[in-house]
Amino acid sequence: MHGKSHLDESQAAGAPPSLSQLFLVFCGITLSGFGGVLPFARRTLVEQRRWMTPEEFNDAFALCQMLPGPNIVNMAVVFGSRLHGLTGGLVAFLGFLGPPFVIVIAVASLYANVNDNAALQRVMTGISAAGVGLFAATVMKMAAPLVRQRSALALSVVAGVFVAVGLLRLPMPLVLAVMIPLNIFLVWKWR
Amino acid sequence: MTDGNASLFSLAAYFALLSLLAVGGANATIPEMHRIAVDAQRWMTDRQFVELFAISQIAPGPNILIVSLIGFQTAGLPGALVATLAMCGPSSLLCYYVSRYWDRARQASWRVVVMTALVPISIGLVGASAYLLAVTIDRTWQTGLITAATAVIGFRARFNPLWMLLGGAVLGLAGLV
Repeated sequence: MHGKSHLDESQAAGAPPSLSQLFLVFCGITLSGFGGVLPFARRTLVEQRRWMTPEEFNDAFALCQMLPGPNIVNMAVVFGSRLHGLTGGLVAFLGFLGPPFVIVIAVASLYANVNDNAALQRVMTGISAAGVGLFAATVMKMAAPLVRQRSALALSVVAGVFVAVGLLRLPMPLVLAVMIPLNIFLVWKWR
Repeated sequence: MTDGNASLFSLAAYFALLSLLAVGGANATIPEMHRIAVDAQRWMTDRQFVELFAISQIAPGPNILIVSLIGFQTAGLPGALVATLAMCGPSSLLCYYVSRYWDRARQASWRVVVMTALVPISIGLVGASAYLLAVTIDRTWQTGLITAATAVIGFRARFNPLWMLLGGAVLGLAGLV
C-alpha cells in the first residue's frame, strides 16, 4: 500500500513493530492518557519508539483532524494500517479502545452504587468544573492562530457555528450541512 | 444508573451518523450528544449527563468514551458496546481508506482549501461544547471560578491536565464548590 514506503524511511531508528507489539504499545498509550491521549501518543511513537518522525506524526495527525471522528482513534488506525494493513488498523483500534472501555464501564458501575454520597457529588462537580475549563483552554489554543492572522472570514465562521450550535441549539447535522459547503466555497473564492 | 429506554438500533444509528459528522473530534460532538440524550430523547437528565462527562474525563483513554457511558446508561453493557463501535467504527474505516490516498494529495490545492474551511467550523463546535457544559456545570460562583482559573492556567501553562482535574476534585471534597 502507498503509506508503507513513506513510513519505512523512519524506521532506520527503530525496528518495525509486530502485531502483538502494536497492540501492547497502544494499550500503554491509551492507559497513560489521563485528560488527553495526544501527548502520550506523540511521546511513545516519536520520542521513545521512534516509529515515526516528528514530520510524519504531524502530517498523520493533520489528516486525522480533518476527517470526522475521534482524532486520536483515527490516528491509531492510520498508524496500525500503515504497518500491517487492515489487520494492523484493527489491532491498533482494539488495543486503543479496549482497555479504557473496560475501565470506564467499571468506574461507572461503581459510581452508580455510591452516587447519592454528598462528598462524592461535590468531587464530581469540582472535576467537571475543571474539565470544562480545560475545554475552554483548548478552544483558546485552537483559535489563537486565527486571531493572530486576523482572518475575518475564519473568525466569523467560528462565531457563526458557536451561536448556531451553542446558543440557538440547532442540530449539528443541519449546521454542518450548511456551513461546510458554504465555507469551502468562500475560502476557495477568496483565497 | 437508571435504565433508559433507548433501543440498541437507535443508539447505533444515532452514533454512526455522529461518527461521520464529528468534524473536530470528540469534544466537538458534546453539544449534539447533549441535545439528543437530554433534550430530544430524554435518555437522561442534565445532571446525569454532566456526571458521565466527569467520569469520562477522569478515566484514562480517549474522551470519546463518553459515548460508552451514554450507551451504558441507556441500554446496559450491550448499549455501551454498540455505542462505542458505532461512534468509532465508521470514522475509522473512512480514515483507513482516505489515509491511503492522503500523501498523494500533499500539495493539492483542494486539500488546502478544505482544511482551511474546516478548521474554524471545528473550533466553533468545540467552543459551543465548552459553553453548554459551562452553563450546565457552573451553577455557583465557586464552580465558575474553578472553570475560569483552569481555562487560564490550561491556556498559559503546559503541564499534565490531570493535575487540574485533581485540583477540582480536592476543592470539591473540601466543600468549596
